[in-house]
Amino acid sequence: MAFITRGFRGKHETDESGRIPPGQYETHDFPVLSAGPTPHTPLETWSFTIAEGGEELARWSWEELRALPSETITKDIHCVTKWSKLDTEWEGVSVDTLLDGIETDAGYVTAWSDGGYTTNLPLEDVTGGKAWVAFGYDGELLDPEHGGPARLLVPHLYFWKSAKWVRGLRLMDEDEPGFWESLGYHLYGDPWREQRYWGD
Amino acid sequence: METADLKLDGNALGGLLGEVLVGEVTVARSTCASCGAVNEIGAVAVYMQAPGAVARCPSCEAVLLRVVQAGGRIWVDFRGVACLELRAEA
Amino acid sequence: MAGAAVLGRLGTLAPLRWLLAELVELVPETPRVTSLVLDVPGWAGHRPGQHVDVRLTAEDGYQAQRSYSLAAPEDRERIVLTVEELEDGEVSPFLTEELRPGEFIELRGPIGGYFVWDGAGGEPLHLVAGGSGVVPLMAMLRHRAAARLETPATLLYSSRTLGDVIYREELDRLAAADPALRVAHTLTREQPEGWGGYARRIDPEMLAEVLGSGEAGATAFVCGPTRFVEVAADGLVALGYEPGRVRTERFGPSGA
Repeated sequence: MAFITRGFRGKHETDESGRIPPGQYETHDFPVLSAGPTPHTPLETWSFTIAEGGEELARWSWEELRALPSETITKDIHCVTKWSKLDTEWEGVSVDTLLDGIETDAGYVTAWSDGGYTTNLPLEDVTGGKAWVAFGYDGELLDPEHGGPARLLVPHLYFWKSAKWVRGLRLMDEDEPGFWESLGYHLYGDPWREQRYWGD
Repeated sequence: METADLKLDGNALGGLLGEVLVGEVTVARSTCASCGAVNEIGAVAVYMQAPGAVARCPSCEAVLLRVVQAGGRIWVDFRGVACLELRAEA
Repeated sequence: MAGAAVLGRLGTLAPLRWLLAELVELVPETPRVTSLVLDVPGWAGHRPGQHVDVRLTAEDGYQAQRSYSLAAPEDRERIVLTVEELEDGEVSPFLTEELRPGEFIELRGPIGGYFVWDGAGGEPLHLVAGGSGVVPLMAMLRHRAAARLETPATLLYSSRTLGDVIYREELDRLAAADPALRVAHTLTREQPEGWGGYARRIDPEMLAEVLGSGEAGATAFVCGPTRFVEVAADGLVALGYEPGRVRTERFGPSGA
């Protein structure tokens, strides 16, 4: 047990809303976390793909993605580093729209991004209105520092699952641990059950 | 604030790695498994504003090593380091 | 025999552990910067340029951790940290405004054999500091003065205003007393009337004028916010410094 420092409180506030999961603190900033330099893929060469077993099932260019029906959603987001931000506003294409017409028995997806980041999720956690490919935040185009041109948005799980700079989904038969899941972070990541690390 | 501001030097990892490795870690020499560049850990690029710490090769930006310290445990992934050379004497 | 001796040596090295440090005294340096003088039982000594990690734990278990450079050379179990209070900070306002003499904080160190100078080589020492990046460089200069080393040394120090210059009087004194030490300031935001020093952000021209090209085999140490360090380090390499002789310690985003 670490030594308690008299008088130290940190910047967190007490949760009056009931909307902050256990162990989290509300922030009004939008902290930038990164495992590496910001990728800068030109929009002309950008694409989003859905693949299974090495076979590409669908592909959209930037214009094609933007031409799809999109929605504006307001969600709370929770980062495993303990900050939570309420009522964040996003604009994006529902993953249901992207998977529309694709038949698969796969139970899982691996989202992959420019720069090499990956994260794994059960397919049912990115469908049924639970996930988006988001290109707008707070009324503007998503800043590269926060994952632009587009990031995955899966607000009901810890925010490391909302992969920045996302470029595609691979449909998988197995739940294959991604970048952080292979180094101690929980495979599923439900903030309400505080599933931060292996064994939680 | 931009991601470019978040980059640190290998020194920043010294405390965390110092709990795992014995000896002065920032002068340990790592050989990048991707491109073969050899650098003292102190000279590699480190990103710590993340769920974990990630050290990247200054030459090719490939991930050299990753460390997560949380929940009373430390996880270390050295796969990006082909070889780590530590000094044998204090 | 030699093999056994090496093994024995390895056996006495231990991984870093958290120590309890007692605050002895707070020393105001500038309106935003305070030095903390701490006693650390069990401190094994350190070298100029190294740093410590400080960890604070709240009653509810919340923890925050930051790194701070050691500001002074080794002095038995006494260490000095110089902390800039960041406006929106979480740890620095606590250390500079809340912590009282006689109270304790956890820290581990010393860390960082990479960013160290203790004068062993004898080559000229070139230092480039941005804001609170001067702290580890000051440890080097204080060590140089205390050990009466004659290595030629130059510090180029960038601050926002004259009032933000940390250790200003001490630097003036050290430079006045030692012809082999040169200190050049640049004030980037506001300069006093009659100011004769530089009045802009560092650039390759300034680096060349103050530090030259590193031909004499100088080792350069650059410390400060990440962007500052990148401009300075790139500038030095462009001037002809060998990349291996330019050591950097990036502090991350600027507090400004």
